[in-house]
Amino acid sequence: MTSSALPPALALALILTAPLFGALAAMVTGRRGPAIALATVIATVAGILTLLVIIAGDGAFTLAIGGWEAPLGIQLRADGLAAGFIATTALVMGAILAIAGKPFGSGAQERRSAYTFWPLALLLWGALNAIFLSGDLFNLYVGLELLTLVAVALVGIEGKRETLAAALRYMMFALMGSLLYLLGAALLYAAHGTLDIALLATRVGNAPGDIVAAAAITAGLAAKTALFPFHAWLPPAHSGAPAPASAMLSGLVPKASFYILLRFWFEAAPDIAGTSVLMLLGGLGAFAMIYGSLLALHQDRLKLIIAYSTVAQLGYLFFVFPLAGGESAAQPWAAGAWSGAVFHALSHAMAKASMFLCAGLIIEAIGHDRLPGMKGIVRALPMTVFAFALAAITLMGLPPSGGFTAKYLMMTASFAAGQPFWALMLILAGLLAAAYLYRPLALAFALPDEDAPAPKAVSRARQAAPLVLALAAILLGILSAGPFAFIQIGRPGAAVEGLE
Amino acid sequence: MIAPSASLLYGLCGAALIGLGLYGFVVHRRLIRRVLAFNVIGSGIFLLFGASSYRDPAAGADPVPQAMIITGIVVALSATALALALIVAYARLAQSGALPEDAAPGADDEDRP
Repeated sequence: MTSSALPPALALALILTAPLFGALAAMVTGRRGPAIALATVIATVAGILTLLVIIAGDGAFTLAIGGWEAPLGIQLRADGLAAGFIATTALVMGAILAIAGKPFGSGAQERRSAYTFWPLALLLWGALNAIFLSGDLFNLYVGLELLTLVAVALVGIEGKRETLAAALRYMMFALMGSLLYLLGAALLYAAHGTLDIALLATRVGNAPGDIVAAAAITAGLAAKTALFPFHAWLPPAHSGAPAPASAMLSGLVPKASFYILLRFWFEAAPDIAGTSVLMLLGGLGAFAMIYGSLLALHQDRLKLIIAYSTVAQLGYLFFVFPLAGGESAAQPWAAGAWSGAVFHALSHAMAKASMFLCAGLIIEAIGHDRLPGMKGIVRALPMTVFAFALAAITLMGLPPSGGFTAKYLMMTASFAAGQPFWALMLILAGLLAAAYLYRPLALAFALPDEDAPAPKAVSRARQAAPLVLALAAILLGILSAGPFAFIQIGRPGAAVEGLE
Repeated sequence: MIAPSASLLYGLCGAALIGLGLYGFVVHRRLIRRVLAFNVIGSGIFLLFGASSYRDPAAGADPVPQAMIITGIVVALSATALALALIVAYARLAQSGALPEDAAPGADDEDRP
């Protein structure tokens, strides 16, 4: 427990405040968004690299802000899980901000979104970092609200009728979700007098209201993660936003509420997780997987396919609860299932962001994202289609991608736990993903129609951004040993080393 | 000094507000009414939270929930402001105060902003 050492405090301060200052500066200066975003990326990445070195060297640490210890003070906590999410977020945000320079930059025509995109994107980044570093349920609430409000604004950024409706629909789900989360937090505080996750872990379990509080928090977060049956808002919201915004919304935003669920069920309240609750969460995930995949098969627009794919992919994140929660938590396979879910969250963040950025470039080239118009697009955008294919490999879970490592870990855990149903679902998910991603890929490689208008050229530099993300998702699979060990740092409960 | 029974009364009022707000949120199609219902539920939760902070008559009220309630009110205010701005922008374009899937045919008064 360090609390006053300078480099860790400085690194955390930089990670938390650089995006927020960047957002303020971008709002004040108006047209200098891209330059401010570049400065923010440099400052934040410097903080993140320091943090990664500190955690890899000295292990996880907590930081009591202003020297106030919990339960009165608010603790920041940096462990391998937090740093893994923060680093992935930085990579994704970097690629998104790099590609957004053209549609939202100073060269873009005078539009309101050119002014509002940059502060919103940086605020979103700041909110994500705040959530990943918080060790306190109320602090998480504030971070989650900031994230939600920014995400809603990003959905409606173009001010068109359909996108405003999508933003409002999202907002209604999100408002109810935050109220439920707040109610759960209030009940927990009333029973235990603290909202610090580490302190709650020692106290939760004996009060009568605990299970109600856990149910409220879980339902609220599930609504924000778009878990079936709360998924209705996601496809129109994610497909309606401009591509760089969609990449953030689909790749990063649902991961934040899932991250809080992980923290809650595995760290704050591991003891109240009954088998039926965990099975329900996993079962809803399985429904989401099948439903999202089937609907993705039926879409005729590329962005809608990718958005429904998000519903499906978020679904099997929830398999972690029956496999690693409750009675399974003490079992040898729990670490594998937990790590598999984290790997899936990280590789999906990169692959899905890459796919939406690819879709954005395709829309720039041909003016729309209807599937028939994509015929032969590989000739005009070879790098983009290559990136899309690589991202598809990760989403299908083919080796050697990060998605494969994730599925392999979860399937091994599923067989070890004697619950082969989840492994079956994972195989089905991979097949369905292959089916719905085959259509756009097959069209991209098909011969173009004779009378089709020539696609507009897109610069190579901008095509590189999604490619970097897709390659990172593949690399996460090839070099999985390092990240696997890293995310275990500071993980409470059974350590992997002790089990092998 | 509030007697413990008074804090129980406040807690029950809070629970009743949450229930009323939830009902309103579910049955109303017009977005402004839903935002109002959101605020009713929020007030109920804050009241419940505040009432729960008075547990030990000797020690007085726990100030931490009060700080959290103030933060929560700020959050609810920002959320309400954003929701209202979006509703106004949407209503101008769509000539409707309800989402497309909720705009029931025949219910004219429900459709207007």
